[in-house]
Amino acid sequence: MASEASRLREPLPVRLALRTVTIGYVAALVGIPTTLVFRNAFADGLGTFVHALGEPAVVHALELTATVALLAVLINLVFGVTVSMLLVRHDFPGKRVLSALIDVPLAISPVVVGLALLLVYNPRTGWWGPTLQSWGLQVIFSTPGMVMATVFVALPLVIREIVPVLTELGDDQEQAARSLGARASQTFRRITLPGIKWAVVYGVVLSLARSLGEFGAVKVVSGNIADQTQTATLLVEAKYQGFEQTAAYAVAAVLAFAAMACLVVVSILRPEEDS
Amino acid sequence: MSISVSGITKTYGDFVALDNVSVDLPTGQLTALLGPSGGGKSTLLRVIAGLETADSGTVTIEGTEATHLPAQKRNVGFVFQHYAAFKHMSVAKNVAFGLEIRKRPKAEIKQKVDELLSLVHLSQFADRLPSQLSGGQRQRMALARALAIEPTVLLLDEPFGALDAKVRKELREWLRRLHDEVHVTTVFVTHDQEEALEVADEIVVINEGRIEQVGTPDDLYDRPANDFVMSFLGPTTEILGELHRPHDIEVFTHPGIAGSVPARIVRELRVGFEVRLTVELLDAAHDEVTVTVTRAHHRSLGLGPDLDVWLSPTRGATVPTMASVEATA
Repeated sequence: MASEASRLREPLPVRLALRTVTIGYVAALVGIPTTLVFRNAFADGLGTFVHALGEPAVVHALELTATVALLAVLINLVFGVTVSMLLVRHDFPGKRVLSALIDVPLAISPVVVGLALLLVYNPRTGWWGPTLQSWGLQVIFSTPGMVMATVFVALPLVIREIVPVLTELGDDQEQAARSLGARASQTFRRITLPGIKWAVVYGVVLSLARSLGEFGAVKVVSGNIADQTQTATLLVEAKYQGFEQTAAYAVAAVLAFAAMACLVVVSILRPEEDS
Repeated sequence: MSISVSGITKTYGDFVALDNVSVDLPTGQLTALLGPSGGGKSTLLRVIAGLETADSGTVTIEGTEATHLPAQKRNVGFVFQHYAAFKHMSVAKNVAFGLEIRKRPKAEIKQKVDELLSLVHLSQFADRLPSQLSGGQRQRMALARALAIEPTVLLLDEPFGALDAKVRKELREWLRRLHDEVHVTTVFVTHDQEEALEVADEIVVINEGRIEQVGTPDDLYDRPANDFVMSFLGPTTEILGELHRPHDIEVFTHPGIAGSVPARIVRELRVGFEVRLTVELLDAAHDEVTVTVTRAHHRSLGLGPDLDVWLSPTRGATVPTMASVEATA
C-alpha cells in the first residue's frame, strides 16, 4: 500500500514525461547506435559475417585481445585483492596517498597512460627501456607493454569493488578464525575470500569488459602493427579507415557482444550478492 | 594460577588503555572483568587472547609464557560481543571450524560438533546459516565454536551486550550453569554490575586502565575498597559524610531514634516493588539523600511528599570507609 501511495504521488503527465525523456535519452545514446552496429555486422548475411571473422588478421587480433585482456585481468585480480587487504586491514604511512594513486587511472586519459609508458619503457629513449632491452626484454611494441597499459587503465576496478565490501565485512570473523587456530593464509582462504567472493567476481567482470575494449593506451604502446601487435579494437579502426566496413562491423559486433555478456553475467550475479 | 598478567601497559597514542596492570585469575573459576566503558577491560581481555599486543608486560596462560605467542597458538576460546559468526557457513560448520583447522578425523569432528550443539541447545539448527538464528542463538553458537577447540581458557568480550534485556538475563543464568558443567577457566568482560554479581565467582574491577579491586561478589559489595567500587556496584547516597546504599537507610516517622537525622521527603518515584524517595536533610547544608523503601513499607508508614521523617543508616550494613577496609585488610 505504501509503495503504491508513493508511486501515485506524482501526477500522470509528469511521470509520462520523465519516462519518455529517460527512455529516449538512453535509446539515442546507447540503444540505437549499438543496435546499428549489430545490424551492419549482419547486413550482408551471416555468411559474410563469419567469413569476415575468419580472416587471419582478424583471428590474430581477436586472439591477441583475449590474451592481453586475460593476462591483465589476472594481474589486476591478484594485485587488486592484495592492495584491498592492505588498504582496509592495515595501517601504514602513505596509505592515503596510495589510495588516491589507485584512482589516477580513472582520471587520466588512456592516451596519456600510453605516452607515459613510452617515456619509461621506450627501448631507445625511455627511462628504463634500454636497460630492459639489453636484458632481451622488449616491452614497448610487444605484448608486455600492451598488458601493462591494459592493467594500468583497469587497475581501480577490482580494488574499488572489494574495498567497501571488505570494510563492511569487518575483521571480527578473521579474529575469530585466528583465535580458533587458523593461520593467516587459512583465515584468508576460508573466511575473508568467501566474504568478498561476489565483489571479486564483479570486479573481475568489470575489468574484463574494460580490458577487452581498451584502445588509446594500447594504440600508443603497441605500435599498431597488423598481424603482430594489432588488437581487436585497433583492427576495427584500421579496417574502418581502410574502407573494409564489413570486417570493421563484424569485429565491432564481437567486441560489443563480449562486453554485453560481461554485463549480463554481472546482473545475474548481483541478486545473489544482495541475499 | 591459570592466567597471570603482569605489568601490562597498553597505549593508543596519548590514551592509556592499561596502566601497569597485574592480576592473577584462578583456574576453573568464572571471573568477571567489570568496569565502565573505555576503562580498559576489553583491552585486557584482548591482550590475554593475543588479539592485541601490549606495549610492555607479560601474559602467562597455564604456566606457558604467552606474551609473544600469536593468537592462533594460545589455544584460547574467544567469544565476541557481536558474535563474529562465519556468515557463509552453517551452524555445524562454524562449530567445526577450529577442529577442521586442527585436521581432526571427520568422525571425531562430527561427534564433537553434535555434542556441543546439544550442550548449547542448537541441535535442530545445525544446518541453518547464522543469519537464520536469533541473537541469543548466534551467541550460543559462538560459545560452542569457542569450546570446540577445548580451550585452556574461555574469554568472553561483553558476550550479552548486544542482546535485549530478557535474553541477556536468560543467557547469563545459562552461562553460569554451563560453567558448572564444563569447568573451563572463564573470563568475561561486562559493564553490567548485576551481571557480574550474579554470574561470577570473582570480580576484577577495572577503571581508567587500573585495577580498583579484586574479590568475590560479596567482598566487593560489602567491603568495597573505595568510593568508585562502591558506587559502581550499585546506587549510593551520601549521608553524614559517608556513602550508603539507598536501601540501607531506615526511615522513621517519629524522632528519638539514636543517631537519626531529621529530614523532609521532597519527591518520590515508584519503580516496580520499590519506591525511591528524594529526601532533604533539615540541616544547614540541605543535602539531598536518596532512600529506597519497599512499596509495602512505604504504604505502612504512610510516606509521601512534604512529610517530615528521621533517617538512620541501617545497623549491620557495612559502612565502607577507607579506614574500615584498611582495618580488615
